[in-house]
Amino acid sequence: MAIYTTNDLRSGMKLMIDGAPWSIVDVDFVKPGKGQAFARVKMRNLQTRRVVEKTFKSGESMESADVMDTEMQYLYNDGDHWHFMHPDTFEQVAANKDVVGDTAQWLKEQAMCTVTLWNNEPIEIVPPNFVELEIVETDPGIRGDTASGGTKPATLETGAVVKVPLFVEQNEKVKVDTRTGDYVGRVKE
Amino acid sequence: MNDKMHPQDWRPSAGLRVLQLRARVLHFARAFFAQRQVLEVETPLLCSTANPDPHIENFTTTYVGPQAAQGMDLYLQSSPEFAMKRLLSAGSGPIFQICKSFRQAEWGAQHNPEFTILEWYRPGFDIAALMSEIEALMHGLFENESAHGVQNLQTTQIISYQEAFLSTLGIDPLNASLTELMDCVKHQGVNVYGMHSEGRDAWLDVLMSHCVQPRLGHNRLTFVSEYPVSQAALARINPHNPKTALRFELFLDGVELANGFHELANAEEQRIRFQQDLAVRKRHNQPQPPMDEYLLQALAKGLPDCSGVAVGLDRVIMRLAQATQVNDVMAFPFGRV
Repeated sequence: MAIYTTNDLRSGMKLMIDGAPWSIVDVDFVKPGKGQAFARVKMRNLQTRRVVEKTFKSGESMESADVMDTEMQYLYNDGDHWHFMHPDTFEQVAANKDVVGDTAQWLKEQAMCTVTLWNNEPIEIVPPNFVELEIVETDPGIRGDTASGGTKPATLETGAVVKVPLFVEQNEKVKVDTRTGDYVGRVKE
Repeated sequence: MNDKMHPQDWRPSAGLRVLQLRARVLHFARAFFAQRQVLEVETPLLCSTANPDPHIENFTTTYVGPQAAQGMDLYLQSSPEFAMKRLLSAGSGPIFQICKSFRQAEWGAQHNPEFTILEWYRPGFDIAALMSEIEALMHGLFENESAHGVQNLQTTQIISYQEAFLSTLGIDPLNASLTELMDCVKHQGVNVYGMHSEGRDAWLDVLMSHCVQPRLGHNRLTFVSEYPVSQAALARINPHNPKTALRFELFLDGVELANGFHELANAEEQRIRFQQDLAVRKRHNQPQPPMDEYLLQALAKGLPDCSGVAVGLDRVIMRLAQATQVNDVMAFPFGRV
């Protein structure tokens, strides 16, 4: 386990504070001209997802969190839990609704996701940046209308609703950026 | 090229318009002091001694060459204060300086380890007179930028350190116990780590920087005066209230812009404060810079009764440029040097 001081702090770094794992969102240096210096840190509790602000006296040391990002394959949802499998070891983990959160809308069986493990428990699921999903419901397409720039909502097979151009049809497959929820393009089968 | 370098990092991080604004500010300040017959001076940035203030760390370097074959240890100055006081004691009269200053371990949105100070000293001025001159300079700078869309500031406010705490937190910073200060920090929802055996001043610094300061100087200059005597630095003790010192700071929109003193002129008291600072440094295993005997000699010779102030010019320019990062107003901040 690594020990960090306030000078090491960077966004994205994972720390153990008060027995919980945290991820640093943002760090600022605060110092009165003639007084004590502090690192003022915005950090996310990786278990509760809550972002809070904490202040560390300059020079204070802290432990790294034994947090590991692993590429795992999404298997299935049993109603309560989403199950993931390591493709090499076949080791499986189950993540509950609090951990999966909004990511659920992008999860298609077999997709490779980044699963953040702490003490072998999943605490964060990040879907692939781009997913290709089938449209299960949308208004009929206006064939050939590639110029008007209009959009309509489309429900995808995983439940996500994205805005797609008017010419896109039901049962077509589309590529979506999961970080923004934006339609990227049609997928030619 | 190291792996952190970006292909555009050779460029200045401040835009040309901000660099032009910076030039106007320098020009305006020089004209302001010339008109008031305050002499512009230059003092060394490299000195054999340094301010022993435990909260300020110095960059060090070594000269080796003719007259110092074995090497001469040098400190990049954290402010031009000591050398300027030597000039004052030698009879310079009122003086100002615009120079670079250097502080180790201070790098953030509002800090660059190398920064620009505007510092001046006024023999015969008390703190009130100096504050009004600072106000004249600052209001002048803002008016000078009105053609570039900068709004004038509202009426200046002067409050004591005690009033600032009482009005925002309901706690008396001069008389509250250590426990009361710690409870106040907790009550304000500030989570602080690493404060193990710190005294009252560190807890006051937490409250000041996290809770009080952000509310100071909304679109106006707010001078906070009469700092606790334990934070006197190089200021005289207040003859009317020995719990406070004749020290003030200036805030604008929650940002600290300046620090001023009715300057301590007593050589013996100065020596004792340096010794106290060095003792604190020793306890915390911090470097021990040699005491500035030149300054102590100058004070013994007689520093004229005077007030002085150091203004963080980059932060003034930040406010005029409506920038949120000091990087936005420097051609080449740390990270591009």
